[in-house]
Amino acid sequence: MLRARVVPCLDVRDGRVVKGVRFRDLQDRGDPAELAAAYEAQGADEIVVLDVSATGEERLAGLETVRAVRARIGIPLTVGGGVRSFEDARRLLESGADRVAANTAAFGNAGLIADIAAKLGAQCAVLALDAAETEESACPSGYEVVTGSGTRRTGVDTVAWAREAEARGAGEILLTSLDRDGTRDGYDLRLLAVVREAVRVPIVASGGASTPEHMADALAAGADAVLAASVFHEGEWTVGALKTRLADLGARVRP
Amino acid sequence: MRPNRPGEPVRLVRTGIANVEAVAAAFGRLGRPCVVVERPDDILVDAPVVLPGVGSFESGARSLAASGCGEAIRQRVGRDLPTLAVCLGLQLLLEGSEEAPGTAGLGCIPGTASRFPDTVRVPQLGWNDVRPAGEGGLVRSGLAYFANSYRLVEAPRDWRAATTPFGGDFVAALERGRILACQFHPELSGPWGAGLIARWLEAWC
Repeated sequence: MLRARVVPCLDVRDGRVVKGVRFRDLQDRGDPAELAAAYEAQGADEIVVLDVSATGEERLAGLETVRAVRARIGIPLTVGGGVRSFEDARRLLESGADRVAANTAAFGNAGLIADIAAKLGAQCAVLALDAAETEESACPSGYEVVTGSGTRRTGVDTVAWAREAEARGAGEILLTSLDRDGTRDGYDLRLLAVVREAVRVPIVASGGASTPEHMADALAAGADAVLAASVFHEGEWTVGALKTRLADLGARVRP
Repeated sequence: MRPNRPGEPVRLVRTGIANVEAVAAAFGRLGRPCVVVERPDDILVDAPVVLPGVGSFESGARSLAASGCGEAIRQRVGRDLPTLAVCLGLQLLLEGSEEAPGTAGLGCIPGTASRFPDTVRVPQLGWNDVRPAGEGGLVRSGLAYFANSYRLVEAPRDWRAATTPFGGDFVAALERGRILACQFHPELSGPWGAGLIARWLEAWC
């Protein structure tokens, strides 16, 4: 049986791990390769590295960071940040990533997801989807897509975009609640449920987790993997202790 | 043909696009350097060769055919030279894949890859159980990391198989002589995967 994945996320800026609240007020949390290696040793199932300044600076995620992290870990590495072309995806893979997450550029050009999926396979094409609650009538799901590292509200319905990305070949959706990011209030379970209802590809829950109970709730709401940052960076939970607790709560996780 | 020298760099075949850096890092952590090769002459040698795999069946098969590397790999497998095929690499050794009807695989292993059924979420992304058919092979029971939408269902005769359950059992790994083909990614399967790579190197390389 496929196990639920626990995925520490490293938000990286200028080669350092940072963490903010609702994508703002970033604080230094350490060296990416050191943290990634520690999380693997604790039992992480995958590492996500998101270069949070890449898109704003119109450049690709730091390849040096990707190489340094890859040299230290023997588990999957998904990298996002500033991916604007198939060529960018190729460079990330050749630097040590296994899978590539596209967000802003994919939204502006859905052909990017199709291109990555066609040449690298669907398993490589991750759609990073940031969503925020809205009351706009154009968004019947109640959530709109936000791009540009949380800076641009698009007015486009999250469910409609998730469906389109899946149809174009996205093999996974990394679904982040902008409203919950860094709040420690738990994942947005309603967001997870509406997207789960709409697509068949795996979903990674992101934004707001601070306890194993939050993660168990997300898995029950249909997530295939749970992503968190602060809960690990702050040392409240090791990945291993958290997975033990998740198993006690009934989740099937890798020991 | 050059003699097999212990400690000789492992040769990673470039199949267009692949996560060669991740594979090289896994060997590097075991103290074995890697070189990326893309010419048949660099493949038809006694040194260990890895056929890594990310990408679509069609792009991989086309790349191997265009470079002539496919024929060199076919001959390696026929001569039982130490060869590790990973993920798409395993599927490229088959006769073909539903993913690209009409595109021939290398035909080293009988069978055709087919898509997972609709009863499971595809692609399979994550850690799943690997169950060897018996004792004595390099592949042991454990959890391995998979990232695939297609798989081989029927284990061919004459190959030692391990299976994994996902929409029914499929072939997780095949071993015969010095050839090891894995549908999972040993280079991404943590200490369990590193152990498998180490045993393969120890046994044959």
